[in-house]
Amino acid sequence: MDGNSAIGEAAIRAGCRCYFGYPITPQNELTEYMAMHLSRKKGCAFVQAESELAAINMVYGASLVGARAMTSSSSPGISLKQEGISYLAACELPAVIVNMQRGGPGLGSISAAQSDYFQATRGGGHGDYRTIVLGPSSVQELADLTMRAFELADKYKIPVIILGDGVLGQMMEPVEFKKEAPAELPIRENSLRGATGRPSKIVKTFTSNPSELEEINWSLFRRYTLIKKQETTCETFMVDDARLVVIAFGIAARIAKGAIKTARAEGLKIGLLRPITLWPFPEEQVKEVAKTTGQFLVFEMNMGQMIEDVQLALAGQGEVAFYGRPGGVIPAPSEVARVITRLYYQKGLK
Amino acid sequence: MKLIYSRPKSLKKAVFHYCPGCGHSVAHRLICEVIDEMGLQEKTLGIPPPGCSVFAYNYFDVDMAESAHGRGAAVATGVKRAYPEIVVFTYQGDGDLAGIGTAETIHAANRGENITTIFINNAVYGMTGGQMAPTTLCGMKTTTTPYGRDHLLEGHPIKMSEILALLEGVAYIERVAVNSPSNIRKTKKAIAKAFQMQLDKRGFSMVEILSPCPTNWKMSSVQAWKWVDEEMAKVFPLGVFKDVTEKKDAD
Amino acid sequence: MLIKTLIAGFGGQGVLSMGLNLAEAAMLEGKNVTYLPAYGAEVRGGTANCTVAISDDEIASPVASSPEFVVAMNQPSAVKFQHHIQSGGLFFLNSSLVEVEILRGDIEIVRVAANKIAEELGSPKAANMVMLGALTRKSGLVELASMIETLKRIMGAKKKLVDVNEKALKTGYDLF
Ligand SMILES: Cc1ncc(C[n+]2csc(CCOP(=O)(O)OP(=O)(O)O)c2C)c(N)n1
Ligand code: SF4
Repeated sequence: MDGNSAIGEAAIRAGCRCYFGYPITPQNELTEYMAMHLSRKKGCAFVQAESELAAINMVYGASLVGARAMTSSSSPGISLKQEGISYLAACELPAVIVNMQRGGPGLGSISAAQSDYFQATRGGGHGDYRTIVLGPSSVQELADLTMRAFELADKYKIPVIILGDGVLGQMMEPVEFKKEAPAELPIRENSLRGATGRPSKIVKTFTSNPSELEEINWSLFRRYTLIKKQETTCETFMVDDARLVVIAFGIAARIAKGAIKTARAEGLKIGLLRPITLWPFPEEQVKEVAKTTGQFLVFEMNMGQMIEDVQLALAGQGEVAFYGRPGGVIPAPSEVARVITRLYYQKGLK
Repeated sequence: MKLIYSRPKSLKKAVFHYCPGCGHSVAHRLICEVIDEMGLQEKTLGIPPPGCSVFAYNYFDVDMAESAHGRGAAVATGVKRAYPEIVVFTYQGDGDLAGIGTAETIHAANRGENITTIFINNAVYGMTGGQMAPTTLCGMKTTTTPYGRDHLLEGHPIKMSEILALLEGVAYIERVAVNSPSNIRKTKKAIAKAFQMQLDKRGFSMVEILSPCPTNWKMSSVQAWKWVDEEMAKVFPLGVFKDVTEKKDAD
Repeated sequence: MLIKTLIAGFGGQGVLSMGLNLAEAAMLEGKNVTYLPAYGAEVRGGTANCTVAISDDEIASPVASSPEFVVAMNQPSAVKFQHHIQSGGLFFLNSSLVEVEILRGDIEIVRVAANKIAEELGSPKAANMVMLGALTRKSGLVELASMIETLKRIMGAKKKLVDVNEKALKTGYDLF
């Protein structure tokens, strides 16, 4: 199954019945999958919106009434959605937003890239907020993390972003769908479904009282602290005896893993740390690895974005090098292997 | 010997990347011919959109500046307001103009921006692989209307020429097609007239071109040309919807 | 062992279904597989290609910068991809449509008159299957039996279609 369709199937199995989207390559298969399975079905909604701006606001509406709702796009369209994401975050509404990244800035290229890391992990729109950001690196993980995204969104009343890329969306790999949500999900508390038997409620973000807004911001960040504590995840591969650890996410991590296996075969002690939650970033895990390894290489398909989180986590401990290919260029594992090997020898780790 | 066919000066020597039978190629050529004949090559700025015509700047030998999806009319507004001497045209698909850019288009037209819009209506999103466009016909199957467009769910095909003709700021609107030699001749005349409106500072002018997309309609070129007449033109009748120069003659 | 195959041709020649067939057959044999079609503006103007990676281990990247096997179903693909093939690799040419001279001496060239053979079989549309048969035999990527089983899975109930394609596949396989 292709990655885009796998997200669609996983979303439906997670109880998502509302999808709103606007065509953009390389994620159209997802929109089309949802059109096939959600249009003209009772209790389901599929709308091809007139723009991404409209689509994210439709998600906002569906979330207001308690639906598990999703939208998807690729980089230029995600920029348009930022306004809506800011409102979702402010109103504490769950939603799942998929970004199958492509090269940028501007219209860029339709090839896979990782240049929206900053946008995704720093909130992205205006105001002081965060979203949970998940970084899958295989078709199987696209499916698994989509299911997790809906759970996290509901649990913490927060928009969750799945940060994939063009290659993950387009490629086909075997995939297994693990669990299924109950056919009828309980109606989320605080859904605005009419004030029957209760006083009417308001969902709003605007207030003329700064201290009221400050309290809202504080409460958001209290929740963010909780999320950091409970939901941070990452994968490590052969880090125990490693003298050099590569840190990469998504498709880049997958390429790096191939490169590391090649280097290991030649006796170089190299490991991999792959953040799965990009926000919250696995700071503690990076620190833990730094206890035994002094040399890091951050590899990204951009000019260096996640590296800032790595540096913040390390706080001066260890040495961090960087290798990046921007613009939608997908480096081969052999290229990354060369980079790693050179660094390994340069730093006298052999 | 008389030269009866040559490449227009403002059309670059490049092989079109469009699919065989695609209306974009014809439309490009006609615009270039008009630009040549009106002597506008050095005064023109074209604004192509994301869409199959995203590489239009490879073909037009005039200044070209890409716009974000749907924002052509807004970009052209800025261009023309800042530098009225330029002749500016936007080149937009139906997803671009009638979907994501409806607001920009309607408001530029309503303000009577002195710009020219070439609107390619092929009833689908071509570039992204044949999804429903706002102009997709009822019953038509696309990748996002796998069961056919149903007006109860997805609305009726939107008729931009008719809608825009209602606005005061609009000088000229005509709907044409590029599916036969006589229609192609009419299209060229319409494009020339639209540019003339701009030169005469009459306000917003637009030519809507019904344009075959054999690839996403899943037809041969010949079938697609026929389909424009037999199906599309029924929903989108050809003709002039507004012409302020005519109105003047009347009163 | 990781092996990548790139298949290219005109849209409508069935190059994507060749790739899918190969990928699913390998999956059936319990191998790790990725399949990556080229998409978007690249495929305007009527060309298509896809990459299949097959491996016993996890696959690091589904993209092939220098594939072991390349299939060119038409002339433009032959021109475009001949320089991408790994040294020592195999270049499958549809000699019914490819006339261009191949300038490399470090690869093996396998010529298959796929269209001609398919026409002789009375099913001109099955040229892709003739080529796929030849690829199966010469590359040894998967068993012929897995290919046939996959064909049946993909085409399902359409028995006649399965028969035609199966025949073409076997004919291609028996060429070598
Ligand atoms: C903000 C944003 N969203 C989506 C896209 C993807 N996209 C590129 S072209 C296009 C629509 C193409 O359709 P149309 O305007 O009808 O032109 P055609 O390709 O048919 O000529 C879309 C949705 C984009 N470039 N930017
Ligand atoms: S997809 Fe359609 S609109 Fe795009 S180039 Fe091909 S025929 Fe033209």
